[in-house]
Amino acid sequence: MMEKTRTIDAKGMHYTPLNKEIRAAVKDGITEIILDHINGQRFIGDGLRGEDVRIIINGVPGGDLCMFMSGPTCIVHANAEHAPGNTMDSGTIYIHGTAGDAVAHSMRGGEVYVRDSIGYRGGIHMKEYKDKCPVVVVGEYARAFLGEYMAGGIIIVLGRGKQPPVDERGVGTGIHGGELYIRGEVPDHLLGIGAEKKPFTEADRQKIRPYIEKYCREFGVDEPELFSDEYVHIGPSSARPFAGKYCWE
Amino acid sequence: MCGIISVINRKKNPMDGRAVREALSIMNERGNGEGAGYAVYGAFPEFADYYAIHVFYDDLIGPKTAVEEELDKLGTITHDEEIPTFEQPNLKKRHIPWRYFFKPNVSALGTTASEEDILVYLMKKVNTTIPGALIYSTGKNIAIFKAAGWPEEVADFYRIQNYEGYIWLAHNRYPTNTAGWWGGAHPFNLLDWSVVHNGEITSYGTNKRYLESFGYVCTMHTDTEVVAYLTDLLQRQHKLPAELAFKALAPPFWDDIDRMPEKERTFNTALRMTYSPAMMNGPFAIVVANSAGIAGITDRIKLRPLVAAEAGDCLYLSSEEAAIRVMEPSPDRIWMPRAGEPVIGRIQ
Repeated sequence: MMEKTRTIDAKGMHYTPLNKEIRAAVKDGITEIILDHINGQRFIGDGLRGEDVRIIINGVPGGDLCMFMSGPTCIVHANAEHAPGNTMDSGTIYIHGTAGDAVAHSMRGGEVYVRDSIGYRGGIHMKEYKDKCPVVVVGEYARAFLGEYMAGGIIIVLGRGKQPPVDERGVGTGIHGGELYIRGEVPDHLLGIGAEKKPFTEADRQKIRPYIEKYCREFGVDEPELFSDEYVHIGPSSARPFAGKYCWE
Repeated sequence: MCGIISVINRKKNPMDGRAVREALSIMNERGNGEGAGYAVYGAFPEFADYYAIHVFYDDLIGPKTAVEEELDKLGTITHDEEIPTFEQPNLKKRHIPWRYFFKPNVSALGTTASEEDILVYLMKKVNTTIPGALIYSTGKNIAIFKAAGWPEEVADFYRIQNYEGYIWLAHNRYPTNTAGWWGGAHPFNLLDWSVVHNGEITSYGTNKRYLESFGYVCTMHTDTEVVAYLTDLLQRQHKLPAELAFKALAPPFWDDIDRMPEKERTFNTALRMTYSPAMMNGPFAIVVANSAGIAGITDRIKLRPLVAAEAGDCLYLSSEEAAIRVMEPSPDRIWMPRAGEPVIGRIQ
């Protein structure tokens, strides 16, 4: 089937008419939507449905990119601001650059790939249910409070580049579900309350492999060590880390 | 939630207000139309040696006469004028902005008072005893434009495109804890310092009491005011270098201090203990300017955003990357500063 493409020039456009045009394009059966001259428009693709839809963003999208999105693939050829993939249901976001704070905030399904680094509180409140398991892959490093209050899903930090994969506090603070895999060293004092290191098994390696492959494919990376190196595996020390704090039972 | 954008040209090349207006407007989602403002350094080259005292008057009879009596007692007015404004459809002119170019008489208050002391005294006197008058800026060669409105309305109301300077600070307000009003719009200025702030200073009470013990009086009904006064106290009065002053306001955590080598640990412990009541708690991203540069910092656990960029001689600090790209589409470098660590751009 021929791919049907539509280009929208978003220069100076507010996000409401922009999202209306995106929805109209999807309704018209367009499968590739190119957004040119994006700069700062928030909420792009929010709540959008459609498995076979690709959105290509040229420019810096504003916060909450693809929030509640279900199905489409979104490719950003720039940095992204705060919370791309916020409460996303399914689909994929590729960010050819960095992303701001609270990447994948409360994400419940789908995948987010960030080529470079992310800001603070990456993966905060991520969750999973039955076959829905959200995945975040970060190419370089993440800032403090990575995986804060995480309830499910997978966060992978590849530690490419010169900086350590994490060198700030609160990794997995309050985590009670889900897993983090970090290539490189994670000093114990950076672990947050409720987080603990676990063995990195062959099963873990197989589990994260397809996501690393997808990262490498999208961003044109050929680094075999990403597959062979050891990862620090971090998970919850308990499913209810604060049970004793708030409950009397 | 508020929006910040600021820029310095380190070679002091002047920039007019058009680009900063566009940059601030792109973050309108961060405001609610109840406050916006701009500060520009280098705005009054013809009066560069005089303090540019900005006053909001409720009327031009009682309050203005009373303020001018105070000014005459404390020094000489070289020139004064109503700040030119231009009617906007959705911006109600609630106050009449006026500016005085003023030279204080250092013997007016006694032998030990400096020019700055006289200005601090004047601001306190007017803002606490003259109803219908509010001094909102007292710096040399600094213009402040603020009102209750959206960024582009406030910019057009004052026609900031007609002003040039080497530093611009701009702020788009979303008032949360106190009402939106002209005096509560940012930037806040005291003498050479101007501040824009996104967030809330939950330590306001502690900071305010601490400042009062040094003679400062908070009159703007908003937490940001303490940032301007703390900066003045630590940097002008206590002569701390900018890096240390910011470290005092947002110091390292005790558990991080415990892991430091002994010399660093001793120093940071002393700093935290000495300036414990100056420490600012709560979520914040602030940008502070003086005539020598700008500095941006967030709270230590990064509860508000801040992005920095460099392009040629310019350093940009903003809540959002997109706002920087409005002013400079292709910066040489763009990055997210670490929480609690200042980014400083100084003139060369």
